[in-house]
Amino acid sequence: MKNKSSFLPQEGEAHPSRCPDNSAFKQQKLPAWKPQLTIATVLSSFFLTGSFCLSVGVSLILSANSIREIQIDYSDKCSDCSKLRENSSNWNKECHCSVNFTLKEDILGDVFMYYGLQNFYQNHRRYVISRSDAQLLGRNVNIQKSYCAPFTTYRNGTPMAPCGAIANSMFNDTIDLFYNLNSSVIQVPLLKTGNSWWTDKNLKFHNPKSHNLSSAFAGTARPPYWQKAVYLLDEEDERNNGYVNDDLIIWMRVSAFATFRNLYRRVRRIRQFADGLPAGNYTFHISYNFPVTKFKGRKQVILSTVVWSGGNNPFLGIAYVFSGTAATLTGFVITAIHLKLRKKKTHFRK
Amino acid sequence: EEERQLQANNRDFNLQFEYANNSIKTSKYNFFTFLPLNLFEQFQRIANAYFLFLLILQLIPQISSLSWFTTVVPLVLVLAVSGVKDAIDDFNRHKSDKHVNNRPVQVLINGMLKDEKWMNIQVGDIIKLENNNFVTADLLLLSSSEPHSLTYIETAELDGETNLKVKQALTVTAELGEDLQKLTEFNGEVKCEAPNNKLDKFTGTLVLRGEKYALDNEKMLLRGCTIRNTEWCFGLVIYAGPDTKLMQNSGKTTFKRTSIDRLMNVLVLVIFAFLALMCLILAIGNGIWEYKTGYYFQVYLPWAEDVNSASYSGFLMFWSYVIILNTVVPISLYVSVEIIRLGNSFYIDWDRKMYYPLNDTPAQARTTTLNEELGQIKYIFSDKTGTLTQNIMCFNKCSINGKSYGDVYDLSGQRIEINEKTEKVDFSYNQLADPKFAFYDHSLVEAVKLNDVPTHRFFRLLSLCHTVMPEEKKEGNLVYQAQSPDEGALVTAARNFGFVFRARTPETITVVEMGETKIYKLLAILDFNNVRKRMSVIVRSPEGDLTLYCKGADTILYELLHSSCDALKEETTEHLNEFAGEGLRTLVVAYKNLEEDYFQNWIRRHHEASTALEGREDKLSELYEEIEKDLMLLGATAIEDKLQDGVPQTIETLAKANIKIWVLTGDKQETAMNIGYSCNLLDDDMEDVFIIEGSTSDDVFNELRNARKKMKPDSFLDSDEINIQFEKSSKNPKVIPDEQANGVYGLVITGHSLAYALEGNLELELVRTACMCKVVICCRVTPLQKAQVVELVKKYKKAVTLAIGDGANDVSMIKTAHIGVGISGQEGMQAVLSSDFSFAQFRYLQRLLLVHGRWSYIRMCKFLKYFFYKNFAFTLVHFWYGFFSGFSAQ
Repeated sequence: MKNKSSFLPQEGEAHPSRCPDNSAFKQQKLPAWKPQLTIATVLSSFFLTGSFCLSVGVSLILSANSIREIQIDYSDKCSDCSKLRENSSNWNKECHCSVNFTLKEDILGDVFMYYGLQNFYQNHRRYVISRSDAQLLGRNVNIQKSYCAPFTTYRNGTPMAPCGAIANSMFNDTIDLFYNLNSSVIQVPLLKTGNSWWTDKNLKFHNPKSHNLSSAFAGTARPPYWQKAVYLLDEEDERNNGYVNDDLIIWMRVSAFATFRNLYRRVRRIRQFADGLPAGNYTFHISYNFPVTKFKGRKQVILSTVVWSGGNNPFLGIAYVFSGTAATLTGFVITAIHLKLRKKKTHFRK
Repeated sequence: EEERQLQANNRDFNLQFEYANNSIKTSKYNFFTFLPLNLFEQFQRIANAYFLFLLILQLIPQISSLSWFTTVVPLVLVLAVSGVKDAIDDFNRHKSDKHVNNRPVQVLINGMLKDEKWMNIQVGDIIKLENNNFVTADLLLLSSSEPHSLTYIETAELDGETNLKVKQALTVTAELGEDLQKLTEFNGEVKCEAPNNKLDKFTGTLVLRGEKYALDNEKMLLRGCTIRNTEWCFGLVIYAGPDTKLMQNSGKTTFKRTSIDRLMNVLVLVIFAFLALMCLILAIGNGIWEYKTGYYFQVYLPWAEDVNSASYSGFLMFWSYVIILNTVVPISLYVSVEIIRLGNSFYIDWDRKMYYPLNDTPAQARTTTLNEELGQIKYIFSDKTGTLTQNIMCFNKCSINGKSYGDVYDLSGQRIEINEKTEKVDFSYNQLADPKFAFYDHSLVEAVKLNDVPTHRFFRLLSLCHTVMPEEKKEGNLVYQAQSPDEGALVTAARNFGFVFRARTPETITVVEMGETKIYKLLAILDFNNVRKRMSVIVRSPEGDLTLYCKGADTILYELLHSSCDALKEETTEHLNEFAGEGLRTLVVAYKNLEEDYFQNWIRRHHEASTALEGREDKLSELYEEIEKDLMLLGATAIEDKLQDGVPQTIETLAKANIKIWVLTGDKQETAMNIGYSCNLLDDDMEDVFIIEGSTSDDVFNELRNARKKMKPDSFLDSDEINIQFEKSSKNPKVIPDEQANGVYGLVITGHSLAYALEGNLELELVRTACMCKVVICCRVTPLQKAQVVELVKKYKKAVTLAIGDGANDVSMIKTAHIGVGISGQEGMQAVLSSDFSFAQFRYLQRLLLVHGRWSYIRMCKFLKYFFYKNFAFTLVHFWYGFFSGFSAQ
C-alpha cells in the first residue's frame, strides 16, 4: 500500500493514458472455435464414431480369428518332471519329456513358437525393480547399489551376473519340435535369434568388454537358479551369448500381467517347412527345468501365426466393438429423447 | 498498556514505560533465521506439508514405491521459488526499513535542534517538520508557521485521499511558536489511549501548568502523512514506530474465499477419504494375495527382509499405495486454480469496455481470487450517492420563508422545462461569483437585491454554517475544498448570490456580504455526524449578535423547531415534498438567537465536556441537544444529484439476470424512492411498493407481515415448508429457501424501522419479506446498518452477495459482502482501498458480472472437471492394476 500510492501521482504524468491496449489477446477476441451443439451434429458424431469403431473392431476380430494357433499345456504332462523340480536339491538332474500333437491342416506362413506362463507375477513391484540395467549394459558397476536384492551377491561376496530376481528366475526349459513324417523324425529348424527388439539387443544390452566372454565375466557367478553361467547361454553363436542372448533379453522385458507368453523360437522356412508347418504328427521334446507347480503356476508351449493386427489377441477388437456399440446406443437414446422433447416443445412456444 | 502517559522533553520519565522507539521493522527474517523460519512458514501450507509427508514415506525403503526424487524435485523447486521470492521481498523490506529508519529529522535536544535519524526518535521528543516532509511518528501538533497554527497535510498514504486536510494546534501550545527556549521548557504531560488502529479517533488530555486541555484527532499528525503548504511545524511524539496508527493498521487482511474454494476443500477431504479407502482395499488385497499366492511365489521372489507375515506386508503396502495413488489428491489444483484466477483478473484489468476515459480509470481486480464468484451473484447491495448517481451536486431549488425558488415560469404562469437555452441568472453584480454556477430563477436574485431579510439570513447561514476550506491562490479566485459535495454546492450558491465565504480561521469566518466584508466570530461548531444528521455553528456577528445557525435533515430538524413557525413548517414541508419528488436532496435550515448569559454558561460546560476523558462524546451530544432547540425555520435547500450514465439500462439487465438489487442509502425516503423510479428499480408495473416506516417494533412487525400476506398468503399456513422447517429447528440460524411471490413487488424501509427489523426476533420476518421483493430500498441507513443488512442476507440466504459503493460510509458494507466493488469516483479512495474490484462507473457492473463473471466461472468449472477427470483416470488405472499385479503397488 505504501509504495503504490506514493508513486501514483508522478506516473500520471509519465503515461498520458492508462487505457488498456486494444490487442486481440487482451480484449479476449482471439479467434476461437466454439462448436454449436445441435441435434444434427451430436447425433451424426455419435453414429459416425459408432460405425467407425464397430467396423474396425469387427475387422480386428475377424483377422484375429484367422490366426492358427496350437497351445499345449505341459506343466502336468511331464508329471514326474514337475515332481522332481519341486525339490530344489535336484536342480542339476536332467529331466526330459515329450508331448505329441497332430496338425490336421497346414499352418501356412511364418510360425512362431511361444512359451506361456500362468500365475507368474512378473509384474510384482519388487520383482520388476529387481535388476541392474547398468550391469546389463556391460558396465562395471557396484551392484550393491542396485535394487537386485536379495539376488545381488553370494555370501562370499561374489557378485551374480546378471543380478536380480528377474534374471534369476529366467525360463530355462529347452523345447525342440520334431515332425514325424511317416516313420522318420525330422527336427523342425528353429531360429533362436532375431526374436528380440532391435533396441533391446543393440542398445540396452551389452556384454562387458574383454578379449573373450568368459574372462569378461571373471569374478562373477551365475545366479543361484541357473544351471550354467551367463557366458555359456549360447556357445554356438558369439553374438547371442552373455547378456545379449535373445532368450535372456526377452525374459528381462517383464510382462504386465501374471499370465503371459514370450516368443521363444521362429520356424525357419526351409525345405518342407518353406510354407509353414505341414499337417501331420509332431512332438515337442522338452527339457523340463523350470518349476511352476510350487507356486501353482502353469506353463504352455504355443505355436501360432501372426496377421497384420498382431498375434492372437482379441482384446483390441473387443474394445473397439464395445465402444462402437456404446456410441451407437447412445446415439439412439439421444434420438429417442429428442423425438420425445420435440413433441413437448411445441407447448412451450407461444 | 491501558493508558499512555508521557511528558514532553523528559526522556528519563518516559523511558520508565518502555514505549517502543521509532524504528520500524517490517522485515520478517534476518540472515540466520531465514532458512528455518521460511521453511516453517512454507510447510504450513497444506500442499507443501503433504508433499513432505510423501517424501518421508518414500524415504522408507520398504514402502517406497516410487523413487524419492519424483517428489523431491517438484518440492524443492516449489520451495526454492517461493523461498527466493520471499527472500527478495524481505531484502527489499530490509532496504526500505533501513531507508525509512535512517531518514533525518530535526529533534529538540537540550535547547538545540539536532539532526537525528528517525529510528532514534523517542516518545516525548519534540521534533520539527518542514514543508513536504513525511511525518515521522504520530505527533501532537504544537505549533506551526501558518496563522493560528494551522497545518496542512496530505493523507494519501493513509487513506488514499489526495485532498489537503487541515490540522490545528491548541492555542496554548501554538504560543510556543518556534521559540526553542520556550519549546525546551515545555513540559506538558499527555495522557491518552493505548496505541490502536483507528485512524480517525484520538482521545487524550494535555496537562500544562495545572490546566487540562482536551486533545482529539484534529491536533494529531499521523505517521504516513506529508506536510504541505506549511513552512514548519513542531510536534510532540505520542506514538512511535510500531505503535503508530499507520503501523497498527498494516498487516492482517481477512481473506475472502469463493464458494468454489469451499467446494474444493470439501472435495479434497472427500478425496482423501477415498484415497484412504482405496489404499485400505489394496492393502487388504495384498495381505490376502501374499498369504495365498505370494507365499508360494517366494521361490522366485522372496519377501523383503524383515517382512515375515502377509499382514505386515499388507500394512507396508498401504503406505506404498498412499505414495503411488497420491496423484488423486489434487494438491497442485490449488496452485493451478490460483494461476487461472490471476489470468482472469488480468482480463478484467485489460478490458477496454470497463475503461472510463474521462478520468482515465481502467477497471481493476484488486483481489485476484474471486473472479468466478462474480458469475454467481444473487444480491447486489448498492449505495446510491456516487454509485447510482454522479455525486455532482448543484444547488437547484430552495424554499425561503415559505416561498419556493428555482422553477422558471413563462408569462402565462406555466412552468418551463429548463434546457440549455433557458436564460441564466446574471451574477455580474458580484465580482466573486463562480462562473460555472447556473441558476435560472430571477426572482431569487431580485429578492436578494431587495434586501429581503429572510433571504439574506438564508444565504448568510449557508455561508457560515459549514466546514468548507477556502483556497484563494490569486485575489478573487476562490476555490472551495469541501469534504462533502453538498456543502460545496451550498456554499457556492451563497457565494454567487452575494454572500461570499472568503476565509476561515479557527475563531473567525470572513464573509463578503453584498460587497461588504464582515468578520464573524466563530464561537462553536456543533459538528455533523450520522446520528445527529445536522450541524450548527454559533457565531457572533460584527454587530455583536449571538446566533446559532443550523442545517440538517428535515425529520430531525422539524422536531427541534419553535412552535411559532408551525405555519411556515407546513408550507416548507409542501415544498420539501415537491423537491424530494423530483429526486433532489434536501436540507432544512434554521437559526436561533442566543442570550448572552445562557451562552456563556453553555460554553463553559462545553469546555468542560470537551476536556473530559471519559464519555466525552455522550456529554457533548447532550449539550448539543440542549442548545439546538426552539429553532426558527428559515427554509430549505434542494440539491440536484445527477444519475450516472447507463444506470437504468444496467439495472434492467441485471434484473433480467434474476439478480436482486437492494439500494442502501443515507438519503431520505422520498429522494431514495425517486431515484428508484428514475433508474428503473421501481416502476409502475409493480403490483405494490410496500413502505415500512413503523416507529415501534410492533408496527414494523405488522407492516412486514402484512406485506408478506399480500405477496404470498399461503406462507402463513402451517403447511408452508418454511414454517414447518422453523418448527423443527427452533434456534440455530438456518438457511431460508427462496420463496416466490405472486407478482412483482418493491419494498422501501427506513433506517428507523430497519433498526427494529434488524433486531433478533424480527430478522427472519425481514429476510422473508424483503427477499420476496424484486427491489428493496433502504433509506436513511447508517454505514453500520448497511453492513448489518448485508450480513443478514449472507446469514439466512445461501446466496452470493455483492456490495458496491464509493464512499467511506460504504466500506463496512464492502468488507462484509462476499464481493466488494468500489467506484473510483469522487468521494475519495477508502471504498476502493477496501474493495475487491474497482471501476469508475456503475454501468460496468453489468460487464463485470455477466461477461467476466460468467466466463471465469465457466472456465474454472471446465478446468476443475478436467482436472478431477484426469486425476481419477490416472489413479484408478493404478487401482485396477493392483488387482493384476499382486497388489504390489506396481
